[in-house]
Amino acid sequence: MIVELGHFALILAALVGVVQMIVPLWGAHKGWRGWMAMAHPAATTQFALMAFSFLALTYAFVVSDFSVRLVFANSHSAKPMLYKISGVWGNHEGSMLLWLLILTLFGACAAWFGGNLPRSLQARVLAVQAAVSVAFYAFILFTSNPFERLEFPPFDGRDLNPLLQDPGLAFHPPFLYLGYVGLSMAFSFAIAALLEGRVDAAWGRWVRPWTLAAWVFLTIGIALGSWWAYYELGWGGFWFWDPVENASFMPWLLAAALLHSAIVVEKRESLKAWTILLAILAFGFSLLGTFIVRSGVLTSVHAFANDPERGVFILAILGVFVGGGLLLFAWRATAMEAKGVFGMVSRETALVTNNVLLAVSCFVVFVGTIWPLVVELASARSMWQVGGSLIENPFYTMGLFSKPEQVSVGPPFFNAAFTPFFVALAVILPVGAVLAWKRGSLRRAAAPMLPVAGLAIALGALAFALQTGRSAMGPVGVVLGVWVVGGAAMDLWLRTGRGAMGNRLSRLRRLPRADWGKFTAHAGLGITIFAIAALMAWEDEDIRVAQVGDRWDVGIHSIQLNSVDNVDGPNYFAERADMTVFRNGREVGHLYPEKRTYPVAGMPTTEAGIRNGVLRDVYVVLGDAQSAGGWAVRSYIKPFANWIWGGAILMALGGFISLSDRRLRVAAGAARRKPEGVPAE
Amino acid sequence: MKWLVLILSLLVTPTFAVQPDEMLNDPALEARARSLSEGLRCPVCRNESIDESNADISRDLRLLLRERLVTGDTDEEAVQYLVDRYGTYILLKPRVEGANLLLWIAAPLMLIIAGGVAFVSVRSRATAGGADPLSAEEQARIDEIMQRDP
Repeated sequence: MIVELGHFALILAALVGVVQMIVPLWGAHKGWRGWMAMAHPAATTQFALMAFSFLALTYAFVVSDFSVRLVFANSHSAKPMLYKISGVWGNHEGSMLLWLLILTLFGACAAWFGGNLPRSLQARVLAVQAAVSVAFYAFILFTSNPFERLEFPPFDGRDLNPLLQDPGLAFHPPFLYLGYVGLSMAFSFAIAALLEGRVDAAWGRWVRPWTLAAWVFLTIGIALGSWWAYYELGWGGFWFWDPVENASFMPWLLAAALLHSAIVVEKRESLKAWTILLAILAFGFSLLGTFIVRSGVLTSVHAFANDPERGVFILAILGVFVGGGLLLFAWRATAMEAKGVFGMVSRETALVTNNVLLAVSCFVVFVGTIWPLVVELASARSMWQVGGSLIENPFYTMGLFSKPEQVSVGPPFFNAAFTPFFVALAVILPVGAVLAWKRGSLRRAAAPMLPVAGLAIALGALAFALQTGRSAMGPVGVVLGVWVVGGAAMDLWLRTGRGAMGNRLSRLRRLPRADWGKFTAHAGLGITIFAIAALMAWEDEDIRVAQVGDRWDVGIHSIQLNSVDNVDGPNYFAERADMTVFRNGREVGHLYPEKRTYPVAGMPTTEAGIRNGVLRDVYVVLGDAQSAGGWAVRSYIKPFANWIWGGAILMALGGFISLSDRRLRVAAGAARRKPEGVPAE
Repeated sequence: MKWLVLILSLLVTPTFAVQPDEMLNDPALEARARSLSEGLRCPVCRNESIDESNADISRDLRLLLRERLVTGDTDEEAVQYLVDRYGTYILLKPRVEGANLLLWIAAPLMLIIAGGVAFVSVRSRATAGGADPLSAEEQARIDEIMQRDP
């Protein structure tokens, strides 16, 4: 019964969405206040209904109601409660429901906290937001209904994929979706502004917190996923340039570009048209990611062609919103006149460069991700079937292809094609970040950075001297990392102005939180860049067959296999090894890598034994028992592994600190407070 | 990336790839084999190199690659040997030739276009308006004012 109520609430929410999509928009067009005001309660109602619907599905998972097809396919009565709940979004249908829940939550937030927005702008934003949600209501109700029942309920479920039964991954999708869907706010604001025909500083101040929040959530989501891959997939890789990873990385890159260009709109009333375009594209990439992942198009074009219903639906959503958005942009963008002028050397130009590099690096990822698809389609056969008729494949006549071809685009391509843009970004960041607005001097901006550059190069040279005979990647990572982190610190210090040390220190404490946020996020980026280079350059690896009692060296560590035992978990059984780790001959701890088998899902997984350290992780994986006795064992020393996610956490933290800045809080609609004065005591 | 998992999970059984019994005794040769196999795709997996994959065919390819290296092939020859048999599909980094030229020049081309458009529009904006730059005298005066402790 509760499940049916959830289904009903979903349908009701869809109907409310239809009303919210039309009435406030028309009201804003005609200037009718009552019609515009409708948006507010409608947004709240939508969210309430969606929340109920989502809770209803969660209830079905919690009580293991296997008459619901989705619960049967993704849950099991013996599964721990945490994973019963995370099973709600650990599948296609449930994750789309979560997507809608978050979408309506953001819409409701725009209604609740948007009191200081111009009335017509708010009405239009909420209408566009409702239009997006209506598209997804239709998608979920017509192609992916999570509330479908089974006629003959089975006794037990098929269990959630064991790889997904992990705390890191339980919270990965919600964060990612908060990010994806958060970008819908930027999109709604962009479309509303185009309809309104006006973009000003207030608009920039409004869009920025939403974009920043979306970016922060994307950062956390991506970092969680990467961290999970590191410890769960069993060889300590942290990024695979897999299409589904790229699908989340592309919106992240564009969101990063957007939140920087929105600063220019807010502070200088410039780059308006570009910022609007970015907002449309950033959400477009969110939708594209959904399409890529949900349609199965990447597994194989043929799989997609055989069951195209979902894919075509998302493609249509993508076409309508991005295509429509871009058309509207082409039509109205010329109305967005820039007010602020700026010189060739200025903070504005630095931010334009930042945007160019981020957008092009996103383009690299995009091209690399879809290239195998393009080649497969373009070289498919000499005739194309278009509608009912056959036409000659134009690529054959052009001589590009002579036979059907397939290509692979993997990590080696992305590493080569993507990295230069991020290196360039890291190189210009510290100087660009301190250039004066409007008209700056490169010499003045670079001068205080000289000591930082000196320090970076000195430490890089030291790293090069210490690492006998390895690639230059490590030292280059050190130089870039120190340059970016040191540059961020110097930037913060320069903000304190001039004068005596004591004065500057006390001013440092009182700097706006936005400055601290900028410092933290930029420093986080530097740390992540360094850590990735360090891990890739300085990793040690050992692969061997080990007998019980064997001891072997990996770098300055050595590892001893003491025993391998059988152990049972709640819904799996495992072989668990006991290993002792020594550093410089001294015992530092034990590791217990496992090889698990989940009988219900019929899948083996490995649980690596990881000893987390500040400077390095010791990472051991237990492999198969060998027929001649002994066990295959892989051991790694992974230097600075934790710094990768540490940097990502700092980036997210920087975003949060920035969000808590008074200016943004006021803009985002928090209750207006009097300016913070000096306490009276 | 949850989606990654769903798909990966169908194809990755997360035990490991290179088995101890496959490895060559000569560390230099083995290192070459490892670095080459990181750039070769497992033909039946999704986006996995033969170094990471534990599909049977990946094992065959790893062994084949090592055989070629042991017989004295250069890196290029060994890879070409596999490409001749399995197609360019197994190259995770497409060669800079044929239609794949487009893939490789796409990014630099985009950078030139985007950079060019940005440059032109910024320059037109810069010349369209704005005050004259400060004279040396004015700059010196401002510097002097800024030097005073507030």
